[in-house]
Amino acid sequence: MIAARHAVQRPPGARLLVIDRHGTIAHAARSRLVDFLEPGDLVVSNDAGTLPASLHGVHLPSRAPIEVRLAGRSSFAREDLRFAAVVFGAGDWRSRTEDRPPPPPLAPGDRLAFGPLVAAVDGAQGHPRLIALKFEGPPDAVWAGIAQHGRPIQYAYLDRALALWDVWPPIAALPVAFEPPSAGFALDWRFLAALRDRGAEFATITLAAGISSTGEAALDARLPFDEPYRIPATTASAIGRTRMKNGRVVAVGTTVVRALEHSAGRGGEGVADQRVGAHTRLSIVDAILSGTHGPHESHYQLLRAFQHDDVLARAEAALEASSYLTHEFGDSVLIFCGQTRS
Amino acid sequence: MNDAAAASMNELRIVITGGTSGLGLALVREVCRRGARVAFLARTRERVERVARDHPGTHGIVGDVARKDDIYPLAIQISTALGGLEVLVNNASSLGPTPLALLGDTACEDLALALETNVLGPFRLTKALLGALTASAREGRGAVVLNVSSDAAIHAYAQWGAYGASKAALRHMSAIWGEELSAEGVRFLSLDPGDMDTPLHALAVPDADPSTLKRPETAARELADAIAAALAKERA
Repeated sequence: MIAARHAVQRPPGARLLVIDRHGTIAHAARSRLVDFLEPGDLVVSNDAGTLPASLHGVHLPSRAPIEVRLAGRSSFAREDLRFAAVVFGAGDWRSRTEDRPPPPPLAPGDRLAFGPLVAAVDGAQGHPRLIALKFEGPPDAVWAGIAQHGRPIQYAYLDRALALWDVWPPIAALPVAFEPPSAGFALDWRFLAALRDRGAEFATITLAAGISSTGEAALDARLPFDEPYRIPATTASAIGRTRMKNGRVVAVGTTVVRALEHSAGRGGEGVADQRVGAHTRLSIVDAILSGTHGPHESHYQLLRAFQHDDVLARAEAALEASSYLTHEFGDSVLIFCGQTRS
Repeated sequence: MNDAAAASMNELRIVITGGTSGLGLALVREVCRRGARVAFLARTRERVERVARDHPGTHGIVGDVARKDDIYPLAIQISTALGGLEVLVNNASSLGPTPLALLGDTACEDLALALETNVLGPFRLTKALLGALTASAREGRGAVVLNVSSDAAIHAYAQWGAYGASKAALRHMSAIWGEELSAEGVRFLSLDPGDMDTPLHALAVPDADPSTLKRPETAARELADAIAAALAKERA
């Protein structure tokens, strides 16, 4: 598939490949998404907003330029200023992450400066490009620094640099995602109104989506990192209602599948640390709306929980044959689960 | 205002733009007194830091709602500081040209600044915070956007062209937001606090007798009551 090069969340021509629970494939305009939902269905989206998680600065001991991409945090608390981060040497988003030079050697205690921010390396994470870092100073000042100095994580395949408004999903609330939960780009306020008119419901969870790729196979193999999430009590009761009346729970994005299956649909906070894949028996989610993903991507593994590999292979061929666009600003798939629920 | 209604702001998360002087500052004080968790915005770092120091527990955020590039950094700081949001008060206002001028004498740039501050700023900030507001509404806590209006939004006063036209646009926009988002549970209020003894009024009418003007503290109490009443309705 070809990457969508223009940073437009909802291009008028966006397409939707639908796989029903029998594995039958259909093509539609994504603007018709609501037609594939039924009264009593529940659409659940991740309302995490996108942090400007890319920080350029210097490694103070060596004065070498570096970029860190904040990639994970163990909680949503504003006082929690310790992040997992992927580190790059000199360069910017125009070079592919695969081609970026490594950072200078980083030792625990080394201090890093990013504009108004100072952070210290707070421990190695078993890979020269992965560190824990902790920002110094009062939380409000640190968040002001991140908000003003940070930039959204960039993608080399795009035709221009991204601004925050490019990666902020319409329904985004708490800014805790390190890359945008981009499946939610498909949803706008008109869709939510149409959903209501259809007799279906909408609910949200919040999951701090980590980064989707680091440009290094050994690190990518460790993705996704553990991700904290929160499921509101109202969302948990909407899931319960939906199950009672045999409606379907439609997850918008892989992050929602991960959170709902981890919590078994219960409300509250948790840290999603599991992998969802071919051997996962889904207990809550009946369908996923997702970007298009090829077999080499970590997100593809999660789709294998929904349909057999032969169905996904046919879908992959159909996406290729019809020139669907992929990555953050690409087309979408809606996949209903082929498993029979126990 | 009885105690029960005043207490209803407990744990409520409120952000107020233009929170370091005049009505905005009076509102910060009023909602703090009622137990709300408060963030406020203003342009001048020294004043933001002073007001934050004087009101322990509040979050002072520096930025200019008239600047497009400031909006998302502001929204991120607001949501992170408060962990969510039930009430947005778009209070920061620009008069346009000062001293006030006839439209024929108004520089395009002065009109543009009034529109950026009084219409585009509130639009952009509301849009950036809409996800946080609707999340509160879905979770049963209610959500309110209060856009501070003026009688100049309704009546045509000579020399109030830039301000009046921008406030009229904001008032109409509030009504349309309200139509479109009532099903999502977000209430929009457009309220005229009256002629108050504030720096903005002094700039507009330098020779006004302050004793004839409303105290901003009185207007702040009325607006806080209106917010509490709208939330009570949404939660009912």
